[in-house]
Amino acid sequence: MPLWLDLLIRVAAVMAGFLVLPLVIGQAEHKVMAHMQGRVGPMYAGAFHGWAQLVADGVKFVQKEDITPRDADRAVFQLAPIVALFPYLVVILTIPLGPGLVAQSLDIGLFLVLAVLGIGVVAVLMSAWSSANKYSLLGGVRGAAQLLGYELPLVLAAASVAMAAGTLSLPGIVEAWQPWWLIWQAPAALVFFIAGLAEIRRPPFDMPIADSELVFGYMTEYTGLRFAFFLLAEYVGIVVIAALTTVLFLGGWHGPFEETFGWLWTLLKIGALSFVIIWLRVTYPRLREDQLQRLCWLVLVPVSLAQLVLTVAVKSLL
Amino acid sequence: MTVADVLLLALGAVAVGSGALVVTSSHLVRSGLYLVVSLGAIAGLYLVLGAELVAWVQILVYVGAVVVLLLFAVMLTRAPIGPSPDLDRPALPAALIGGGIGIGLAVLFADAFRWVRHPYPEPATAERVGEQIFGAWVLPFEVISILLLSALVGAIVLSRPDIGARAATEGD
Repeated sequence: MPLWLDLLIRVAAVMAGFLVLPLVIGQAEHKVMAHMQGRVGPMYAGAFHGWAQLVADGVKFVQKEDITPRDADRAVFQLAPIVALFPYLVVILTIPLGPGLVAQSLDIGLFLVLAVLGIGVVAVLMSAWSSANKYSLLGGVRGAAQLLGYELPLVLAAASVAMAAGTLSLPGIVEAWQPWWLIWQAPAALVFFIAGLAEIRRPPFDMPIADSELVFGYMTEYTGLRFAFFLLAEYVGIVVIAALTTVLFLGGWHGPFEETFGWLWTLLKIGALSFVIIWLRVTYPRLREDQLQRLCWLVLVPVSLAQLVLTVAVKSLL
Repeated sequence: MTVADVLLLALGAVAVGSGALVVTSSHLVRSGLYLVVSLGAIAGLYLVLGAELVAWVQILVYVGAVVVLLLFAVMLTRAPIGPSPDLDRPALPAALIGGGIGIGLAVLFADAFRWVRHPYPEPATAERVGEQIFGAWVLPFEVISILLLSALVGAIVLSRPDIGARAATEGD
């Protein structure tokens, strides 16, 4: 296969995943939340159980006027949604679906993922400051404090599994994975998942966008397509966190018939974890700012440090 | 010129240009954002040179943490949208010192490596970096980790008024 065709196929596949998976997750969220609350959710768009609701939403967003507030810093304001979306696109490049089925296999893929996810904070601060709005700024400052704090347990938990596997490559970690790691790495998996939830600012960690007190935090002033970009970033974020937890802690493509159906196992695990993320949103009330920081620094960081000690102890005993 | 040369020149131009904007812009927050671009371009330089690990560490530490803390601090104190004409910056001495150091270093390096052709080193895989750090360079590594640990403890002592205040009154 010529190089350009290979490249084209990879880019097309990543773009397709990037655009389709968030739509599926978004529709699932509408339906799952509705059924958990004794409603039916969208039923009309597209005739069958409202499957086209999000497509209709997208059309609506495109039609809306794109407003930039008069006092805003125009360039920064307009750039922020793209900066918010970009890291997730890069992360999706490195996630392996099946044996050998990855858009870009990297020797230190895990490091790339963690580094690039950190850029999201810059987007939050950009949108918060440039909106010229008190609520936006408050939301942004809260968001930055939350993202900086939760990055620490996220990195420590990922370091634990990297030490266990002895590699920083994401496909390498999946290959080294054994079923008993589910117990050995369980604390790290929990810490990673919770910290990941906080990184994508999903409920119960949605203090930065707390709609009942801050309107919509740093997204308050956005309309139309740029607001849709932020929403898309949130749903891609769900996919990314579910996929990373799958790859690092749940064994990725491992399962019966993994030679042929490995990719299906990965997608199923991602789907199950995404369901849990939606479920948590419906179940738990929002954490207050002090509770949120307390959970991070007094629970997650010590647990992940203890997990590092446990990992080293077990690894050196074997 | 190879592709790597062109990329190095382009990324270097971006790094230097946005670096100049950091110090000349009168928009406080924007200069912080230019710093993100500049440090990102330097990460790109590392990537072109095959030092993948260093590049991602640069992004993780500088873009993801240091600049964010800087922006965070600016936004907590004073961060007007638009230019701040009341900033008093002695531009001439700064330009002299900055330009002097830059040109001096450039001359020094050009003189030292003028006719020597260096082959690209092997790509710095995580394995090789790990072997080097925990083999040949383990002592400096440990010394730096002690330095970081003491800085960490110092920061906690300074930021907790219960410990710091008691020490001050006992000292009096």
